Amino acid sequence: MSIDLSQFKQTFIEESDEGLDVLESGLLALDSGTADDEVIHAVFRAAHSIKGGAGTFSLNEIANFTHVMETLLDEMRDGRRAISKEAINLLLNSVDVLRELMAAARDDVTPSMARADEVKQQLDALLAQSDDEPTEPATKEETLAPVPERTQSGWQINFRPHEHMLKTGNDTLRMFKELASLGDMETTCDVSMVPEFALMDPELSYLSWSIRLMSNEQIGSIDKALIEEIFEWVEDDCDLSIEPLDAQIATADRVQRAETGSATSTVTPDAIKPVSPEETSIVSTTASKTIPKKKKLSTETGSIRVGTDKVDSLINMVGELVITQSMLSQMGDEFSMDKLEDLREGLAQLERNTRELQESVMRIRMLPISFSFQRFPRLVHDLSQKLSKKIELKMTGEQTELDKTVMEKIGDPMVHLVRNSLDHGIELPEVRRAAGKDEIGIINLNAYHQGGFIIIEISDDGAGLPKDKLLAKAIEKGLVSPDEELADEKIYDLIFHPGFSTADQVSDISGRGVGMDVVRKNIKELGGKVGVSTEPGKGTTFTIRLPLTLAILDGQLVRVGNETYIIPLVSIIESLEIETSNINSIAGMTEVYKMRDDYIPLVRLYEVFDVQPQTTRLQDCLLVVVEGDGGKAGIVVDDLLSQQQVVIKSLETNYKRLPGISGATILGDGTVALILDMSGLLALAKEVEPVKYYA
Amino acid sequence: MSKSILAVDDSTSMRQMVAFTLKGAGYQVTEAADGQQALDIAKTRGFDLVLSDVNMPVMDGIALIKQLRTLPNYKFTPILMLTTEAGTSKKMEGKSAGATGWIVKPFNPDQLLNTVKRVLG
Repeated sequence: MSIDLSQFKQTFIEESDEGLDVLESGLLALDSGTADDEVIHAVFRAAHSIKGGAGTFSLNEIANFTHVMETLLDEMRDGRRAISKEAINLLLNSVDVLRELMAAARDDVTPSMARADEVKQQLDALLAQSDDEPTEPATKEETLAPVPERTQSGWQINFRPHEHMLKTGNDTLRMFKELASLGDMETTCDVSMVPEFALMDPELSYLSWSIRLMSNEQIGSIDKALIEEIFEWVEDDCDLSIEPLDAQIATADRVQRAETGSATSTVTPDAIKPVSPEETSIVSTTASKTIPKKKKLSTETGSIRVGTDKVDSLINMVGELVITQSMLSQMGDEFSMDKLEDLREGLAQLERNTRELQESVMRIRMLPISFSFQRFPRLVHDLSQKLSKKIELKMTGEQTELDKTVMEKIGDPMVHLVRNSLDHGIELPEVRRAAGKDEIGIINLNAYHQGGFIIIEISDDGAGLPKDKLLAKAIEKGLVSPDEELADEKIYDLIFHPGFSTADQVSDISGRGVGMDVVRKNIKELGGKVGVSTEPGKGTTFTIRLPLTLAILDGQLVRVGNETYIIPLVSIIESLEIETSNINSIAGMTEVYKMRDDYIPLVRLYEVFDVQPQTTRLQDCLLVVVEGDGGKAGIVVDDLLSQQQVVIKSLETNYKRLPGISGATILGDGTVALILDMSGLLALAKEVEPVKYYA
Repeated sequence: MSKSILAVDDSTSMRQMVAFTLKGAGYQVTEAADGQQALDIAKTRGFDLVLSDVNMPVMDGIALIKQLRTLPNYKFTPILMLTTEAGTSKKMEGKSAGATGWIVKPFNPDQLLNTVKRVLG
């Protein structure tokens, strides 16, 4: 029977990802000296499981690589080896290598072994430094190639189980059955040791056997190894001898075996020699040649692990829903007007059930943000070493939950902000000392819920943003005119402007000037915001505000003619009645509206979407002031309807992508309403009226 | 009645593989993710065979075997350890804890079935 193991490979890779996280965070804890015994055990166990699984699922590169790590960890666990910084760093590198190998396994491509081989050599070299005797004698077993020992006639087996043998669950009857399958068996049982009945303990074994196992013509000669295998588990629980019936042949055999045995045992363990650069490059080129094995597409189906409590509560709610439904249907069968009150109550209950069910289902997609936070200890560890800074990372609110999709997308922007804090925020130890601060800088990650949003704060106690430098740079780049008076917040906000970097020297950690604007853009795409506040000499805080989920949105329903559209509440600044005296035209084409000191372009929704409005007279319309990519605009609508939570249905999957529209939803009365995408809408409006909006 | 097996491993993929293989061969399989879970299950019913990983969190395989052997209906139940080749000393430790035998990791489904058949007949 052959079983396809690939179906378990995916599970294995997923759980190995978790194992690698355990490995990494454990190693970091060991490095900072905050670890107890349990940590090194957990780390060892993680490596051990990965190795075992990798072997089983034929991921041999991973199994071989992890074996070396495991050996090293085993020595550390047993106290045979000190936990040195060197070893930890090497093991951390190994984790990275394993991640690469796992990724290759996931995509079913041939992994590039160049880095793996390099790190493996370093591991081997470190292991070779061991001051006590060479490590595992266990491999000897494998190197001794068993020479089949056979006889033509058969074997004489003397078998005397120790008293307790049965208590190991080994059954003599089973062993005899197996022996009998090898050839013709004659047994003589010795009952002399059986005590008097009164003294007999039925759980003990008192018998011993003398067995003649003879090869018959159908099966052929009997391999001694097969007999030994049957008794393998009880070797230490019995007196056993296996002698050939015709002694001569066997003796010759045994001599031969002894010779080969000594020959193999002199084989030296794998020589540890550094591979020359040429060799490594050969490895990498051959590897890259084999890679074009096509990357498997759409393995990104993605699965999530859900706590059983969440599933239980879901089942519970469905149960309640079913009860309500059956109650209502019963009521419908024999309805009369006097039951109206009951019906109302039933419907209210149905609404409650539905809402709870919806919330529970949403919760399934919610994961604690620790999944996203957990990569930062490693990042901070590596970068602070590289930058010779002393930095402590503090994390709070790790249990704050967030939609999985949002979490995946917020990872990179967060990494960028943390790198930024490390690189630009926290000062070098001597600078900090001079400023009267503690040498060790602190980076704080914090997350909490606020309304339907999650707030993530990344703060450092570094030097703060250099206001004057920012302003000078902005003037130099022509973003700000020299005589312009800017509020502090506006100056700090400049760092999110495309192509803006004040780093004197571009480092490879941050500061290529392609970061902060991308961070802001990515966060905006998630319907969120990012802001910065800073205090010179005290530090900087970045605050990210994100909707908890992408599946539901708080929307303002607006009406244009017979159509209903939805504007995301996050993008609305205010809504107002239009004063015609505030309307101006630029170049006789574009209309702008004077709102306090601002001029904002007007977007007539009915023109953009070509629908029949109730009126085109602006004084009868309402203006919704929104903020899109790069500026404000006023959206002209007939009427404001209610505000409500709407479930977002993708247009792309159901129809196709449309500019200016981010999705659709189904309203309570069953009609479909389109959800407006502000950035896209403003861009679209520019096309409808090809005159430049923004002065 | 088909024979019942308790499969204990903290690694989901290994456990699934073991369970899938054995179920395919007609055995009834109950799964447990660590020694403590296995012990809790074992206290409620008997099995014809226990297959247990050694390295596990909460309660490891050796401790599980020791505990199982103190239960009246597990005195003679075959218990096999799933262990890696490096663990020669583990084998002995397991034996003295009361293990019947072992299956060496990595193993393939055929090897697993052969060994289980050997024990269960």
